[in-house]
Amino acid sequence: MSDGTPVSAPKKPRRELDRAVVRFAGDSGDGMQVTGEQFTTETAWAGNDLSTLPNFPAEIRAPAGTLFGVSSFQIQFGRHRVYTPGDRLDCLVAMNPAALKTNLSDLKDGGLLILNTNSFDQKNLDRAGYKTNPMDDSALAGRYRVHKVEISRLTKEALEDLSLGTKEKERCKNFFSLGLVSWIYTRPIEPTVTWIKKRFAKNLEMVEANIRALKAGYHFGETAEIFGECYGIEPAELPSGLYRSITGTRALAWGLLAAAQRSGLSMVYGAYPITPASDILHELAQHKRFRVRTFQAEDEIAAVGSVIGAAFGGAIGVCATSGPGLALKAEGMGLAVMAELPIVVFDIQRAGPSTGMPTKTEQADLLQAMYGRSSEAPVVILAPATPGDCFFVAYEAVRLAVKYMVPVLVLSDGYLANGAEPWVIPNPESLPEISVGFRTEKEGFFPYVRDEATLARPWVRPGTPGLEHQIGGLEKEHITGHVSYAPDNHELMVKLRAEKVRRVAQEIPATTINGPSAGDLLVVGWGGTLGAITGAVEEAQMEGKAVASVHIRHMNPLPPDLGQILRQYRRVLVPEINSGQLVRLLRAEYLVDAVGFNRVRGLPLATSEIKEAIDQILKEKE
Amino acid sequence: MSEATGVKEPPRYTKKDFESDQDVRWCPGCGDYAILSAIQKSMPDLGIPREDIVFISGIGCSSRFPYYMNTYGFHTIHGRAPAIATGLRLARPDLKVFVVTGDGDGLSIGGNHLIHVLRRNVNVTILLFNNKVYGLTKGQYSPTTEFGKMTKSTPFGSADRPVNPLTFALGVGATFVARTVDRNVAHMEEIVKRAAHHKGAAFVEILQNCNVYNDLAWNAVYDRELKVMHELRVQHGKPLLFGPIDDRRGLVLEGSKPKVVRVKDVAEGALWVYDETDPWAAQALALLTSDPEFPIPVGVLLNVEAPVYEEVLIDQEKKAVADRGVGDVAELLTSGDTWRIP
Repeated sequence: MSDGTPVSAPKKPRRELDRAVVRFAGDSGDGMQVTGEQFTTETAWAGNDLSTLPNFPAEIRAPAGTLFGVSSFQIQFGRHRVYTPGDRLDCLVAMNPAALKTNLSDLKDGGLLILNTNSFDQKNLDRAGYKTNPMDDSALAGRYRVHKVEISRLTKEALEDLSLGTKEKERCKNFFSLGLVSWIYTRPIEPTVTWIKKRFAKNLEMVEANIRALKAGYHFGETAEIFGECYGIEPAELPSGLYRSITGTRALAWGLLAAAQRSGLSMVYGAYPITPASDILHELAQHKRFRVRTFQAEDEIAAVGSVIGAAFGGAIGVCATSGPGLALKAEGMGLAVMAELPIVVFDIQRAGPSTGMPTKTEQADLLQAMYGRSSEAPVVILAPATPGDCFFVAYEAVRLAVKYMVPVLVLSDGYLANGAEPWVIPNPESLPEISVGFRTEKEGFFPYVRDEATLARPWVRPGTPGLEHQIGGLEKEHITGHVSYAPDNHELMVKLRAEKVRRVAQEIPATTINGPSAGDLLVVGWGGTLGAITGAVEEAQMEGKAVASVHIRHMNPLPPDLGQILRQYRRVLVPEINSGQLVRLLRAEYLVDAVGFNRVRGLPLATSEIKEAIDQILKEKE
Repeated sequence: MSEATGVKEPPRYTKKDFESDQDVRWCPGCGDYAILSAIQKSMPDLGIPREDIVFISGIGCSSRFPYYMNTYGFHTIHGRAPAIATGLRLARPDLKVFVVTGDGDGLSIGGNHLIHVLRRNVNVTILLFNNKVYGLTKGQYSPTTEFGKMTKSTPFGSADRPVNPLTFALGVGATFVARTVDRNVAHMEEIVKRAAHHKGAAFVEILQNCNVYNDLAWNAVYDRELKVMHELRVQHGKPLLFGPIDDRRGLVLEGSKPKVVRVKDVAEGALWVYDETDPWAAQALALLTSDPEFPIPVGVLLNVEAPVYEEVLIDQEKKAVADRGVGDVAELLTSGDTWRIP
């Protein structure tokens, strides 16, 4: 079968699974991200719960066939709740030898291994560092279910009569792979057909070519004798509602738009390009209709400066960066602390220090966020737990910033930013009120007179007659805001600025405990590790262990009930993608003997490794 | 607010309306006092309500300025005032924004921001007080200090070649570039007003005396006798003349290079008649400052029009709203691929 037209073949048996983990891996130029994203859409249509992990090199066009040029996309989907992209693979598609070499170790024994045999030529084998062709290795076939498919040749054959060049035809091979894997896991290909039509609307030949390649792959699975069965995964029982797939990046951007609309404030978003935060700028720059003014600043410092200027003018000022950029913004944030202006800073954490591994995830900026400014400069810190949660956290950041007249820092990470999940679309009306009252009353006005409940100072829009005043980075006299070097006044102001941040605790809802409210072990997490921790804790609970978990979204101030909760368990374990940062804060704040589980590999934590750590610590107790 | 037009009519201000209640803390004899006075005096003539005026500064002696103006003011971070002013203009294009900076703040730590606020042509008026020294940190050389100058941090002479603020501003595409002197209040007022009315980024270098760490650095334009041969008043549409009344000197252009001549030695019409809308002329004139053979030009060197950054962005926004209406978040959230789970 070479023309991509449906061939009627006997239906193959379908085996039902609870869940599956699939990874597409290939060269940077092989379109693995698009393949994975489309497979995700198909899976969402199939009604499964899912979680994804894109993983790509920092190099824009890495040399073809090299190990460092491998790009991959992983998805876990199932008929029950899916918390993470999965630890070990059920199916690996390797489009070239380099992809095989860098990904094979994650494939389960007996897992499906689909290889594009056409790319296993001498040149690619050399580039991947294979002395002999791994396809000829009998050990491979003994350990995995290997399917050698001539993906490139079959794609070209399917497109034979089209006038496209050889290279363009070759480029359609990712859709062949997608079609094949869609058949294996009985995914509907209609959403991909629709997507291709829209994506290539300006080039009808490409539409035809990609759809043909997709169908050719699908039918190949159906008819080729090498595939004895396909797999079905029943729809998950998800809460009812209207769903969409959302990445953390988009959710942060949209959360800001929701906050701007609800508050009626205009928004200035200042940013300097940095991986992985730039996509927020790209997203917001499209939405001029929402009256968000995006500003690509000359550097990280100018970006934070511009949003401080915007906040001084009575707008929401927001900027996003990643760890090294946050370091550059430290002085600006100090000014926002001193001037008590509402700005929001997103830090999309990545592996560091320095340039580190820009496209890989990490949670190692927590202490920088807490303490990385000169002198006593507390800010509110929030951390979203899932891609969809980024929407609510961005909204909350704006709400708190304007209510308390305080800078708010949001710690997301590369995993949340690029990862996607099915998301129940919220009704913006149901979000909490953002009330902004600009001061216009002249009577009794001083720049640093404070609200009794929040300790916020008044927000005055320049242009308000009679309230002309001057603020700045010099220490302010309590209430009058005049420059003051008086020792007691300074101490008072240091305390007031800290107390204002502490008062945000009154906004934090009761902490949700996943599991028994007392027991042998409490696992405390924050940020993007929610899925892996929940999965591991639930496994332990099913084994009858007295283990619970809590996940912190408010990092500063910490939830007011946290200290009490920590004391209800014999041990406390804190898994983090750093060398132990939250664990230090908890030990310092609550004098509990919490221990860390720390991996810093640029990758999300695996459920299995957290489960092992849980087992280990419970064993120690005995 | 005028009932009939809906346009705010500013009250009739005097200088006093722009004096704040804060104690001025510059050293006695500092040139900044004269600058403050000149700017306060020029404010009533701008025709802008006081509450719509904002002064933003960085750090340094000059940057204390906003505290002394009875307008909205923000004393920010060393070198970053242009970035903060840019954000303010994006949020509030209705405000008149001034940036006050110095040679260290604007050309050293904040050099990058100064480049970009000028090239973007953000509608701000930038006043750079140039005293060729770091005053607030007590006497180190600055980016405008002469080569070889002995200061606290260069006891054997500065090895840095100085930057010329005017060629800097012209080089990065400023649309209004001028220079004035702290000892000449009338000229300061005239230049500040012209700069404030310019649409886009206006850059004014104010030659300023630091009587503690670099006294009389600009003596060539202070001293009554020296000034005659060293100050070149630049006026649009007029020949470039200086020197004693009875023996005037003028500039002529030989090729691309200016040359000093005795007016009486050249034919009428040979003198260089200055055109402030000519960027090539502005560059040539600005370069004179770096050459002791030539007088120091004072006045408006360049005044041209170019798209204003924030206006372009706001026009894009208006067009997007006109084409497709104001955005709605509920609509955005449900756009693209969605599916319903019952």
